[in-house]
Amino acid sequence: MTNAQLIAGDPGWLIAVKALLVFALCVLLTLMSVWGERRLVARMQQRLGPNRVGPFGLIQSLADGVKLALKEDLIPAAADKVVFIIAPIISVTTCFMSFAVIPFSGEVTLFGKVTAMQLTDIPVGVLYVLSIASIGVYGIVLAGWSSGSTYPLLGGLRSSAQVISYEIAMGLSLVAVFIYAGSMSTSEIVEAQQQWWYAVVLFPSFVIYAISMVGETNRAPFDLAEAEGELVGGFHTEYSSLKFALFFLAEYVNIIAVSALATTLFLGGYHAPPGLGFTEAWLGGWFTMVWFFAKVILFFFVFVWLRGTLPRMRYDQFMQFGWKVLIPVSLAWIMIVATLRVLSLNGAPRAATIAFASAVVLLVMLVNFGFENAKNKKKNTPFAEVSEPEFAVPQLPIKVSTINVSTGKKGDQ
Amino acid sequence: MSDHIEPMKKKEISVNEVEFAQIEQNGPKNLFSQMQGFWVTFATMFKKVNTVSYPEVKEPTAERFHGRHQLNRYDDGLEKCIGCELCAWACPADAIYVEGAANSDEHRMSPGERYGRVYQINYLRCIFCGLCIEACPTRALTMTNEYELADETRAKLIFEKDDLLAPLRAGMLMPPHPMYPNTTDTNYYKNEIKSSHPSQEVNN
Repeated sequence: MTNAQLIAGDPGWLIAVKALLVFALCVLLTLMSVWGERRLVARMQQRLGPNRVGPFGLIQSLADGVKLALKEDLIPAAADKVVFIIAPIISVTTCFMSFAVIPFSGEVTLFGKVTAMQLTDIPVGVLYVLSIASIGVYGIVLAGWSSGSTYPLLGGLRSSAQVISYEIAMGLSLVAVFIYAGSMSTSEIVEAQQQWWYAVVLFPSFVIYAISMVGETNRAPFDLAEAEGELVGGFHTEYSSLKFALFFLAEYVNIIAVSALATTLFLGGYHAPPGLGFTEAWLGGWFTMVWFFAKVILFFFVFVWLRGTLPRMRYDQFMQFGWKVLIPVSLAWIMIVATLRVLSLNGAPRAATIAFASAVVLLVMLVNFGFENAKNKKKNTPFAEVSEPEFAVPQLPIKVSTINVSTGKKGDQ
Repeated sequence: MSDHIEPMKKKEISVNEVEFAQIEQNGPKNLFSQMQGFWVTFATMFKKVNTVSYPEVKEPTAERFHGRHQLNRYDDGLEKCIGCELCAWACPADAIYVEGAANSDEHRMSPGERYGRVYQINYLRCIFCGLCIEACPTRALTMTNEYELADETRAKLIFEKDDLLAPLRAGMLMPPHPMYPNTTDTNYYKNEIKSSHPSQEVNN
């Protein structure tokens, strides 16, 4: 039975229980992931990280949360009060909502009912997640705008520009998955990956999704919306107490959400890795949840690793990367995937597929060659000779060695 | 005065003589060398952690670490401090307060004419620069390696003479007591008194 059929007969109380479980899980995961991130980043910097509160510092983030909640709640005089209060609520509710369609496990028995750990399965599940994610951005944009302060405004603006541009790449990278799975329902996409994970089959899509999900969650190296070195705290500069805690919660739940989506769409969801299929029956099917969260945690580790390794990108480079690299590449990739899919669905001979694939490879090589050529040409062009200007200029030092800051070679002149 | 300052040689360094450094920027490195950064952080996770878990583990300080001050004694127990206030004058943070008083034969705290009657160091002001130690003419004031000086009130952080005085070691007598027989403060200064003399035991 598919997950859709399994959860179709869920009574109301079971749905409520599942909703509660999902909520509790998200909050718990946030607490643990904040702790895990701080410990991991600390290790990457040869530090210990929080180890005082509880065993191994495990309840450090809980203590921090309590501290945040007990702090004074400030609302700046210049702030738009209503929007200021609504913004963190939007942020945090939307990121929880996206978990509704994520399948956490296969067939399990919960309180005597055979079901699956998935709240609901709608035919356009992934589109639902995308739309919820883009509503979530309103939280950040509105927070930035309603603070009535410069840095939050800049942070909010950056965030909106960032999410708009990376959402396009993200959506496009998912199209290839839809084409291959023939469905937008999360559970059906998971089932379609029984044979091969889409991370392997649609590797370019996976890479594009992985990059854009970092951009989407405002995480390092794409954390320009909160860039503490430039914008103090970005959109949440003016926030304190519980409202700040909500943003904090939203950020981490969002990370888990995009990781969960990546797991579902590209890493075979709750299914065991190839060759370990027998483990799925363990614990009455609950072991699939272990696999699911193992994959999510793997993604989370990559998030932390990125943060520990890379410096923040410059804003223009970031936008350039999104619009000039990610979007064109994913568009081209979708064309290729669609053609291959049509070829195979219409029973085209193997030779035709191979011919198409090699034509694509040749084309890519040609384009790349052209790019490299143009780059070299630009590199080797000497600077133009300019006549002395009419107006007075300061005298140059007598012994001038060239300072070459272009991409030219040593001793061009 | 000008003997010590080397005059600047004219034209030794002029802007035009300095060669520009050649800066080469070849654009981004290839993907592999960029990825090496990820290996650095990953490998660091398995290295030994540099942190010292302070309250549980206390690493020894550097040998000449500037910690809490100490007022030293001569080997017979007399104080070295002569109440000259040079330390207080040297202090850039105005953290030291000294009041000197005259020694008498009945009440002798240090060899020579005077001793420090009041000696206070305010550790809320002290910056541990050690200028007071340099200023001290008798080496009465030195610094220990003790660095755990936090406390709850401001008053507790003003250390009195009792808090700063070095403890009595073997052979020392608690002043006030007379000087070693047939010596002057010069003998003390030259460190010729190695222990107390029975005749000095007037209090005990």
